[in-house]
Amino acid sequence: MKLALLADVHANLEALTACLAHAGEQGADAYVFLGDLVGYGADPGPVVDLVAGYREQGAVVVRGNHDHAVVSPSETMNPAAERAVEWTRDRLSTAQRAFLEGLPLTERRGDTLFVHASAEAPAQWIYVSDPTRAARSLSAADATYVYSGHVHEPVLYYAGAGGRPMPFHPTPGVPIPVAPHRRWLAIVGSAGQPRDGNTAACYALVDDAVPSLTFFRVPYDWAAAAAKVRAAGLPESLARRLAHGE
Amino acid sequence: MADPLEPGSVVDGFRVEERIHSGGMGVIYRVTGRDVPFPMIMKVPRLGPGEPGEAVVTFEVEKMVMAALKGPHVPRFVAAGDLARQAYLVMERVEGRSLAEWNGRGPVPVEEVVRVGVALANALHSLHQQETIHLDLKPSNVILREGGEAVLIDFGLAHHGHYPDLLAEEFRHPMGSSPYLSPEQVLGVRNDLRSDVFSLGVVLYELATDRLPFGAPTTQGGLRKRLWRDPVPPRALVPSLPEWLQEVVLRCLEPRAGDRYASAAQVAFDLAHPDQVVPTERSRRRRRQGLGKRFLKWVRAAGYEEAALPRPSAHLSGAPIVLAAVATAHTNEARNEALRLAVRRLVVAGENTRLACVTVIRPSPEMVGAAPEQAATSQRIRHLVLLRHWAEALRLPPEQISFHVLEAGDPADALLEYARANRVDHVVIGAPPRDVTLGGLLGTVATKVALEAPCTVTVVRQQS
Repeated sequence: MKLALLADVHANLEALTACLAHAGEQGADAYVFLGDLVGYGADPGPVVDLVAGYREQGAVVVRGNHDHAVVSPSETMNPAAERAVEWTRDRLSTAQRAFLEGLPLTERRGDTLFVHASAEAPAQWIYVSDPTRAARSLSAADATYVYSGHVHEPVLYYAGAGGRPMPFHPTPGVPIPVAPHRRWLAIVGSAGQPRDGNTAACYALVDDAVPSLTFFRVPYDWAAAAAKVRAAGLPESLARRLAHGE
Repeated sequence: MADPLEPGSVVDGFRVEERIHSGGMGVIYRVTGRDVPFPMIMKVPRLGPGEPGEAVVTFEVEKMVMAALKGPHVPRFVAAGDLARQAYLVMERVEGRSLAEWNGRGPVPVEEVVRVGVALANALHSLHQQETIHLDLKPSNVILREGGEAVLIDFGLAHHGHYPDLLAEEFRHPMGSSPYLSPEQVLGVRNDLRSDVFSLGVVLYELATDRLPFGAPTTQGGLRKRLWRDPVPPRALVPSLPEWLQEVVLRCLEPRAGDRYASAAQVAFDLAHPDQVVPTERSRRRRRQGLGKRFLKWVRAAGYEEAALPRPSAHLSGAPIVLAAVATAHTNEARNEALRLAVRRLVVAGENTRLACVTVIRPSPEMVGAAPEQAATSQRIRHLVLLRHWAEALRLPPEQISFHVLEAGDPADALLEYARANRVDHVVIGAPPRDVTLGGLLGTVATKVALEAPCTVTVVRQQS
């Protein structure tokens, strides 16, 4: 099985369709969406519809903090995100909102856990941004493989007998062997709002026959996505971010 | 210790023949089968309770790295068995002599040190170009093929820039063979390709003097000495060694990685061109340095910090060897200036780039009467002067630039051979004149070099 992992799409339809097309060419036959389908971008409705279609065919979808904020107005965020959340709420149909509301915080498949932020406390949206937090998420997950988003830069934490996970910054397109006698926490990187200075969308692909994990970068039409953000009257900083990838 | 496999047994289509070697970490067998057209060995790690925990991880590392490596300087990888079933690695059995056979035979003649040193440096460079740092370079991990090529074996401690470093995660203590470990390896740094340059320096020192520059310490304190204590200069042990060789060896052994050669290819270059090695204080050193300098080095060592390092290939892209093909036989200032401008964009003073200025002249004709050798020498000097003059305006420090007058009937062949032998990364050459017809164009030096060079070629045309 080849499992495509996509996180932090953030209502960027151009990035999402580019990643899905790329994953299809790579032979992906299963899909996981690791949260934050909406927020920031200008196409929340079409993105939710597209992902809902994948879930009907068996894809796993978990909830992110932006998905949560749209359906639970109490969530506090930075001003630009807050504006995007309010704007998004008005653009979604009742059915689309119900889809987001029904998303689980985590999903487990065998020895693998899918969670948007940290498995330590999935509803607290903790950023897994260092080895200590990675260790806590791995330990709480009680799984060999933990696949997450929330942090927008792709990184792979690995832990063996040494216990303390080490971060590894992957080279795009190179399959990394991920043997099951270690534990692995992969943050696949943001599809819809990359922040590491590279405009290309992030996603990752698991080949469980090896097993291996490959991180990909997919160039997409960010100019079109940024133009839609501006046309929608969303904060200019959100359009600029797509143009600079940071 | 029981052996993991019985001779005569069959594992995944490989028939296990006799045992070749048995060590602490594993056993090596000769194997046959699967219609592989070259001789093979199978490495089987010792796993399980009571065996060293490192054996599992070094097996995983070697499997991962060997499967990714290619080329003549590593054994060909055939197959690997899974840890969960039967762990093994099958690879080419490299025919040749182990460099360890040289050990304890007294100092090796200089020409031999150079020959082996160049082969070894080229093998390391090929590894570094493939994102891999060996980190366990020592004579017993080098096999010299009959043709003189060096093959590196045993990748259990290697680092590959494309994969998570499994050893760094599990083990804090320095791993490898104590005489050959670089200072940064002693401190636990595993991602600097210049560590291999240091170990190469230890091997060269050992070949040239039959002594180990830092002994074989067994304690962490003993290992740390190399961070601040410089070795006895090779010429103090073997006075007949040339100063230039001491310069090369001691530069490899600098405690700070930034003071060493930036790449193994640059070591090979200097070994192959002794007359181009720029002597510094290192070449003249007669004894170890005084206490004051040692104290300074110690202070530096105490504050040694791991810097964020680029992947091997990214590091090498900052340390290329650039060849400027200067047509000294045809004086054309506009053309020369265009070539200089192009070179200036590639080679910046103070960076790790090396510039080799090369010209090709016709072999001196047999002369009747007059001393032919004298005439040949004066012709070479004339072109050397022209080369140096061409480069003056670039204002590069002497250790960054070298000059070479080649004698050959076919300039393109000579340049290509030079580029291949010296691991040149980029050739800069003048374009053929614009009035050459298409048919004639294919016969020009620049065209042939551009078509056949093993690296990037910039063909420079002056604009008028």
